Amino acid sequence: MSVVRVMGIETEYGISVPGHPNINAMLTSSQIVNAYANSVVSRTSKTRWDYDEETPLRDARGFDMTRAEADPTQLTDADLGLANAVLTNGARFYVDHAHPEYSSPEVLTPFDALVYDRAGEVVMSRAAEIARAMPGVPEIRLYKNNTDNKGASYGTHENYLMSRSTPFTDIVAGLLPFFATRQVITGAGRVGVGQDGRGVGFQISQRADFFEVEVGLETTLKRPMVNTRDEPHADPQFHRRLHVIVGDANLAEVPTYLKMGMTSLVLSLIEAGVDLSDLSLVKPVDQLHQVSHDWALQHKIELADGRSMTALEVQLTYAQRCAEFCEREYGGDLDDQSADVLARWFDLLDRLTRDPMSCATELDWVAKLKVLEGYRRRDGLDWSDARLQLVDLQYSDMTAGKGLARKLEARGSLARLTTDALVNAAVTDPPVDTRAWFRGECLRRYPESIAAASWDSVVFDVAGRRSLQRVPTLDPLRGTRAHVGELLDRCTSADELLAELAGK
Amino acid sequence: MANEQQHKGHAREEQEHAEVAAGDAEGAAARKERLDDDIDSILDEIDDVLEENAAEFVSSFVQKGGQ
Repeated sequence: MSVVRVMGIETEYGISVPGHPNINAMLTSSQIVNAYANSVVSRTSKTRWDYDEETPLRDARGFDMTRAEADPTQLTDADLGLANAVLTNGARFYVDHAHPEYSSPEVLTPFDALVYDRAGEVVMSRAAEIARAMPGVPEIRLYKNNTDNKGASYGTHENYLMSRSTPFTDIVAGLLPFFATRQVITGAGRVGVGQDGRGVGFQISQRADFFEVEVGLETTLKRPMVNTRDEPHADPQFHRRLHVIVGDANLAEVPTYLKMGMTSLVLSLIEAGVDLSDLSLVKPVDQLHQVSHDWALQHKIELADGRSMTALEVQLTYAQRCAEFCEREYGGDLDDQSADVLARWFDLLDRLTRDPMSCATELDWVAKLKVLEGYRRRDGLDWSDARLQLVDLQYSDMTAGKGLARKLEARGSLARLTTDALVNAAVTDPPVDTRAWFRGECLRRYPESIAAASWDSVVFDVAGRRSLQRVPTLDPLRGTRAHVGELLDRCTSADELLAELAGK
Repeated sequence: MANEQQHKGHAREEQEHAEVAAGDAEGAAARKERLDDDIDSILDEIDDVLEENAAEFVSSFVQKGGQ
């Protein structure tokens, strides 16, 4: 495998009403999701999330559900925080832990992960705009960040489909040194140190200080660097879904693209059994914190074998092993995106070593630091100054004209890899090369007939059929346009589609 | 002839090195100035959109739990 694998990014957005710190965030989050679901894709608001976990391996099966359960009025009941929408691009847009969350559809490449992540930003800002125009709804602001600097953190999770046959102990061993150090490229930058942000100064990562253990199941407390949640949303005999919770929400496109690409490559190394044990760190959780706190990039990390290396040197070792692996496996046939990820990874490590500020047009933490240092120089501000904290916060504001990252991008001070056209298309259209295509296209073509959907199913409610019909989509690589495009083109109604599926 | 070509090549290389070196010296100062100009114009743009009353705005940004 190269960088290509089934992957996706889920992001919980920060939500606030300026001047009202105690507002009910479950309620405002529901208002955001419902505003979008009701206005932009009216029928989508009726689509429940299918929580049924008994997923048969193949073929459709029917089951009975009372009409009341699928009643859409239930779903617009904001007070219960049940707001959920499945979008025609295959994404899920819902309320999770008092935050609106966008879970991207399953994609196959880091670049598509980036495109659908940015589509999520568009969904969020449109949702906020629509909500703002509604009577009785306060002015809600959304932020693509990971902490309020008062002790709360909320996640940006990456998901990667992996081979089930890879021992989990290998995954943990191979990932801990990588996760402790990849932040030099993927960090979003933060003003404040410690979980409550009371420590003065700047650090590379938003999330680093919130991690307390190496490995574990939790995601909301005692957060682990490697999360053991085992919910593959695919055939568990063959796959596991690696749920990565240690990353930051990126605004800059280069780090979003690279974090998916670099991580996917490292997972390929681990799956291939490449030995990474020589990189094992002493106290990786402490190292995660210290690397984040040392934005001069000089901190020496202690390795288990007695050596010490900087974060950049650890990353360079990973990049070299990935390059060697790709050369060995593919030679000159390496796909363009894997080659591009490797080239950018090496180039950024080289420039971070020589002159970190030269990366200000690519990396979030450097772009943010450059602005912060500018303010400190021009206005003589101390690191504890509230204006610097405001710059940090407003960098991630999703409001048009307010968000500083998008402002930098618009003036050419932050690199762009996607285009507006690509991103806008991804707001409505599903990726063509995963099962998200079937999910999204069914919602687009037969909106009146979809009762619920989830990663591994689409549930149809067709007039004249006594029970709901559940079509499992357990294989992420089936249900692509190439696989079922003709079938869907042939079926002008969901009834016809179900008849064809049952006939097979 | 081969010698002559080598010599020419060498001279051209030296000339290029000299140009690059001069460019570096000039470049460092010019680049710093350009970067300062650049950051100043960035700050000007940000000043226009930065929320007023930073302390209050930041302190009212309070989030409930998350994953």
